Amino acid sequence: MAKLTIDGIEVEVPNGSTVIQAAEAAGVEIPRFCYHERLSVAGNCRMCLVEIEKMPPKPVASCGMPVSEGMVVHTDSEMVRRGRRGVMEFLLINHPLDCPICDQGGECDLQDEAVGYGRDHSRYDENKRAVGNKDWGPIVKTVMTRCIHCTRCIRFSAEIAGVPELGAVYRGESMEVGTYVDKPLSSELSGNLIDLCPVGALTAKPYAFTARTWELRKTDSIDVLDALGANIRVDARGAEVLRILPRRNDEVNEEWLGDKSRFSVDGLKRRRLDKPWIRKSGKLQPASWEEAFAAIADRLKGMPGERIGAIAGDLCDAESMLALKDMMSALGSANIDCRQDGAALDASRREFYLFNTTIAGIEEADALLIIGANPRRESPVLNARIRKRWVAGGFPVALIGEHADLTYDFEHIGNGPAALQSLADGSHGFAEALKSAKNPMIIIGQGALARPDGAAMLAAAWALAVQFGMLNADWHGFNVLHTAASRVAALDLGFVPGAGGKDIAAMLGGGVDALWLLGADEFDTAKIGAETFVIYQGHHGDAGASRADVILPGAAYTEKPGTYTNMEGRVQQGFMAVSPPGDAREDWRILRAISAYIGHALPYDNFVELRARLAQVNPVFAAVEQVRRLAGTDASGPVAQGAPGDAALVSAVQNYYQTDPISRASPTMAACVAAHYTVVAEAAE
Amino acid sequence: MSRLGNTAAGLMLNEIRAGLWLTLRYFFKPKATLNYPYEKNPISPRFKGEHALRRYPNGEERCIACKLCEAVCPAQAITIEAEPRDDGSRRTTRYDIDMTKCIYCGLCEEACPVDAIVEGPNFEFATETREELMYDKEKLLANGDRWEPELAKRLELDAPYR
Repeated sequence: MAKLTIDGIEVEVPNGSTVIQAAEAAGVEIPRFCYHERLSVAGNCRMCLVEIEKMPPKPVASCGMPVSEGMVVHTDSEMVRRGRRGVMEFLLINHPLDCPICDQGGECDLQDEAVGYGRDHSRYDENKRAVGNKDWGPIVKTVMTRCIHCTRCIRFSAEIAGVPELGAVYRGESMEVGTYVDKPLSSELSGNLIDLCPVGALTAKPYAFTARTWELRKTDSIDVLDALGANIRVDARGAEVLRILPRRNDEVNEEWLGDKSRFSVDGLKRRRLDKPWIRKSGKLQPASWEEAFAAIADRLKGMPGERIGAIAGDLCDAESMLALKDMMSALGSANIDCRQDGAALDASRREFYLFNTTIAGIEEADALLIIGANPRRESPVLNARIRKRWVAGGFPVALIGEHADLTYDFEHIGNGPAALQSLADGSHGFAEALKSAKNPMIIIGQGALARPDGAAMLAAAWALAVQFGMLNADWHGFNVLHTAASRVAALDLGFVPGAGGKDIAAMLGGGVDALWLLGADEFDTAKIGAETFVIYQGHHGDAGASRADVILPGAAYTEKPGTYTNMEGRVQQGFMAVSPPGDAREDWRILRAISAYIGHALPYDNFVELRARLAQVNPVFAAVEQVRRLAGTDASGPVAQGAPGDAALVSAVQNYYQTDPISRASPTMAACVAAHYTVVAEAAE
Repeated sequence: MSRLGNTAAGLMLNEIRAGLWLTLRYFFKPKATLNYPYEKNPISPRFKGEHALRRYPNGEERCIACKLCEAVCPAQAITIEAEPRDDGSRRTTRYDIDMTKCIYCGLCEEACPVDAIVEGPNFEFATETREELMYDKEKLLANGDRWEPELAKRLELDAPYR
């Protein structure tokens, strides 16, 4: 630790820190453009100049200056201010004066700092530099004339995203940032470049010119488009959600967000269910709530409980799933399931379905085995965390399953479950790496679980974890990588078949006479029995709604407060940003209303009571924002039925950009698919 | 004064004559009243009247949808929506001013970086219905086209003081 004084404030920071970090610790703000705490130090904007006593009498760039014992730093002396003013003048020589038409206007670092350090007029009469714009695909819009060459985007794509596509060509004033050959950015995290860019050179293409930052109403929420539970901020104007930005949470998403989570917002305005519908003589007709309820009550009247089933979808909040579960048990039905994909998730013990190592815990691991997953497509922000650990070194990674570019090096052991055997009997070299590791971890994906031998795969993966000492009192190396945001909460609530209940496979094909789909679209609805009465409660007209006999319009995740549990078991709550469209209502209210209509009124009248019931059903829901790593003390594994088959493992997510009704309705996501996957398909041919 | 003197002054109608004298003097003075609407006062180049959206000489609308007028408007009378036009430039799809909310402070004009929104010399835009005072982009651009020679002259006259 080194002790130094910054503007008269004494602060102690670890050796090897830089002056700008020490200033941060002291609460002194230093302007910066190129420095970013999660990226390497570049030191090329020179805005972070400070004066250090007993050094050569000139300003020093604080981002690259290591601290030393007894340093005395001034961040606001006359020398510093003159230096920064000079830097600002040079930056503004070539920066266009187009703030009024720039989307960054109002949230621009350069604009903010120019207020403090800029001159009121320019002394530069020569022509300004002009740079042609680049086509970087459907997400990032470039106005390269505005670029101040901080190289944050280059460093992000090379270091965090692991897709080193960006670079700078030419030198000095002619320097240009680009992809060398014009092509769409292939990273799933490319939206973060927009946040990182301190000026308006990189802005969001779908959001171009739509709103100013001061017009927006900001609401904290939780992302549901993958199972990571990224913390987001929903920016809305009026009744319309305009954009989604990540919120910082070092335990979950740091400050990153995947492109799907960020840019699916335009899907929230399209294909929405905004009024109830009833199927009359084969065709869906608009109806009133009263008529819809009457139609449901009419069909459910006298139907035995075991002939009624319910399936919860991937985007549901815990509250509505609990309301549905309570209503089903009031109706005498145990036929409930949340595993639309048929994944063999074992709900009997929490550690069988959690990402037990925790997301931040990945950084403590020292060997990784991925089974049947493509983390880059299933959860790109989690993949960035794995890459962060890999970049730090000493982190052998192996993959069993489909070969893919994961942005880090790995050993591909095999495509099928046979590879598991080669690790178990030690015949493969990677077994040695796992054995010698102190904190090894296994990630098993839905691709390995959602298949007929899924239970055997789960048991085999657990057995491997036990064999390689991944379970002990301080470490739990067994991880399930989820793709559905609602899944862990549903398993915590016990939204799985009760005693004698039917699972999803048994409910389809006429196993039940009435089927309640709570936002469930991710299964083959053609398999539902022809005579089955289907009630679809959800927000988008997707697969489930097109098969439904009665449609109840619900709310999307931005339109209701909700509790979500991410894959590591972290309970998080999102707030309501806008109202649901038209006649649509919050899902738990719909269930509460229909339950009263059919004479089984649910025992909660408001959201507070419902949340209390949630905590009563499973105490984990009371511990919001907390996650406790389970100790792997019980080595007894999930019950295995048979042995793994020999079919090759494929990732559960083949198309990252369209995995749910919201992203399927989004034109931006469709453009991403067109930009990325056709290229891949053509290349493969 | 004695009672006799007062009576005499009263009989002489002194007050009335003084009053009529004043009337007679004003009769020959220049008049302050105008025969509106046939006569009108001259107005300052800074007069804040009805709003207009101006165009460039080539017919391109000036407004770039920066929304600074919307942000600065103390009465929140302005509503703007924008999106990229087909040629990729930033333009408004909606520019509404609620003239019943407007307090004619002129801050929109001050905030505009391209001299697009201006308050012109026209103050005779009374309407029979309230709805007619909800101006949209079309109306504002039409105002601009109608008043452009005068608007340009006013800006030119005011320029030395800005």
